[in-house]
Amino acid sequence: MQKRIAKRYASERRFRLVGLSAVLLSAAFLAFLLISMLFRGLPGFTQTEIRLPINFQSSSLMLDPAALKGPDAETTLAGADFESATAAAADAAFGEGGARLLSDGAWLKIRDAVKDTPEILKGKAEIWVPAAVNIDIAAKGDGPPEAEQALAKLKASNSVKTGLNLGFLTGADATDPTLVGIWGALKGSLMTMFVTLILAFPVGVFSAVYLEEYASKNRWTDLIEVSINNLAAVPSIIFGLLGLAVFLNFMHLPRSAPIVGGLTLALMTMPVIVIAGRNAIKSVPPSIRDAALGIGASRVQVVFHHVLPLALPGILTGTIIGMARALGETAPLLMIGMRAFISSSPTDFTAPATVLPVQVFLWSDEVSRGFVEKTSAAIIVLLVFLLAMNGVAIYLRNKFETRW
Amino acid sequence: MSTQALEAIANKQEATSDGTLKMSAHDVSVFYGPKQAINKVSIDVTQENVTAFIGPSGCGKSTFLRTLNRMNDTVAGARVEGLIKLDGEDIYSPSMDVVQLRARVGMVFQKPNPFPKSIYENIAYGPRIHGLAASRTDMDQIVEKSLKRAGLWDEVKDRLTESGTALSGGQQQRLCIARAIAVDPEVILMDEPCSALDPIATAKIEELIHELRGRFAIVIVTHNMQQAARVSQRTAFFHLGTLVEYGDTSEIFTNPREVRTKDYITGRYG
Repeated sequence: MQKRIAKRYASERRFRLVGLSAVLLSAAFLAFLLISMLFRGLPGFTQTEIRLPINFQSSSLMLDPAALKGPDAETTLAGADFESATAAAADAAFGEGGARLLSDGAWLKIRDAVKDTPEILKGKAEIWVPAAVNIDIAAKGDGPPEAEQALAKLKASNSVKTGLNLGFLTGADATDPTLVGIWGALKGSLMTMFVTLILAFPVGVFSAVYLEEYASKNRWTDLIEVSINNLAAVPSIIFGLLGLAVFLNFMHLPRSAPIVGGLTLALMTMPVIVIAGRNAIKSVPPSIRDAALGIGASRVQVVFHHVLPLALPGILTGTIIGMARALGETAPLLMIGMRAFISSSPTDFTAPATVLPVQVFLWSDEVSRGFVEKTSAAIIVLLVFLLAMNGVAIYLRNKFETRW
Repeated sequence: MSTQALEAIANKQEATSDGTLKMSAHDVSVFYGPKQAINKVSIDVTQENVTAFIGPSGCGKSTFLRTLNRMNDTVAGARVEGLIKLDGEDIYSPSMDVVQLRARVGMVFQKPNPFPKSIYENIAYGPRIHGLAASRTDMDQIVEKSLKRAGLWDEVKDRLTESGTALSGGQQQRLCIARAIAVDPEVILMDEPCSALDPIATAKIEELIHELRGRFAIVIVTHNMQQAARVSQRTAFFHLGTLVEYGDTSEIFTNPREVRTKDYITGRYG
């Protein structure tokens, strides 16, 4: 007897130990992922800049400050060869090959400075411009030896600094890793999610309400139920093919647009919402329906006054899970052309756009060393977005949760 | 039969004569799919009297009760045959609006089922969906009157905004009765209203039924024979989906005509 009791306690302890170690293992994996992402990604949010002295008097720009104040300022600026002027200034300042220290887009900074204050054209100026990829990486401690030497020289003349890269948070994709931004993809994701939500949520919830509260149980509703369950398990790339065939080839909607992405992801999210919604509605006790019917509420009143409010927390949780899956989805969007190189953030729902996970995919494919940290930085943005969505879900669930 | 039940009948002062007809059922049969749950039951419910349905579990008394306000409509595969009239109107005719019917024939369920809302909202919901209150003060009056009639006002008047589910079981059931009478029904159906309650809460509900008698026609299903003896003037005994005997409560309990009734009330089966 004693032995059996001891054995039972031992097996209980063993079981608890196994459970605990499983939890610890998954927590360790999660921590490893997050920490490594943070370490690789955080430098992506900063940018090394070089102080470039430029003498506009002796440069090849030949611009008249007065013309830049007139109505033709844009055309005048577009006609000026800032690129060679910048390269010449860099060569002059840092010796032969100095232009290679600067980012390909350094001249944009010079142009912006001239545009802001045309007066600087009359003399000399010192302007901070983004450094080339090699220098940037060297400044973050992982560059090739020749870049380290160049960086040391720049540091000696006190003309290098590393600061927050605002361009990364406000810009869109580019060919040079020092010029890329995440805002284009983030905005694309937001717009796509918006389309997905306003389509999938009402349709999904009303389908769930109809199937649970109105539809009679027969062979047809069984068939529909099985179809919906299967639909939720269909690989996402199939939905991409469907979107390609229906929305692009048949309905001729614009390629790469958030509206098409949203429609495609809505098809994918809807079954998830229907299933979650049905479960939430099913879990509302029948006694509440009886109570409302018993004092003369109609079916619609029962649903909208009692069943839906009680089922809402569950429906919202399911919706957010579906939306989070849609947010992280890449494959179906590749099929409808959202993997294009888009160098400006989308302005409306039919403009070409890309989304965060596709941007991560595109950048991870790039050859240039500078894209490694940008990829990780984009992943951080994606994860923060996901965490924010989950936070909203938890907040809403707690807000609407009824205590019995 | 037990001495308790006998005493209850002896102490009862009310007249047991026939009152004015409120509801009547003629040859009512109920089917759940192919299975017949009720077989040709005919019963009259009067305005002045409390009518009790008794019988062993599964005899169909609750099923029959639910046909009286068409709550069986919500059960998939349920079918009702026969004629049920409320004030001479066929309640299963196409011209009868089921929502209006349930406002006229209210129901209290076996398990207290208040809405997970405030006590005030629990009462106000019915009058609101039926448009019975023109203003906020009207509604306040309806809520107060209903709670007073249900004998709950003094216990909850200071906490009307608290959740109805925070009350005790007996209070919840009286809240459900108050909710039912708030829409001013003509008939109240009670489906074993005390089966989930302790004896003190049960006594309060029974007292309440006494007070509500006359104002509303009351039909109560119970598996507690003493309770039927205490609260009702008319008793119907159901067995295996048929109505075995229906008559004045005192007659049924002291001098049953049928052997099955006698066996049941003397505790041979049940």
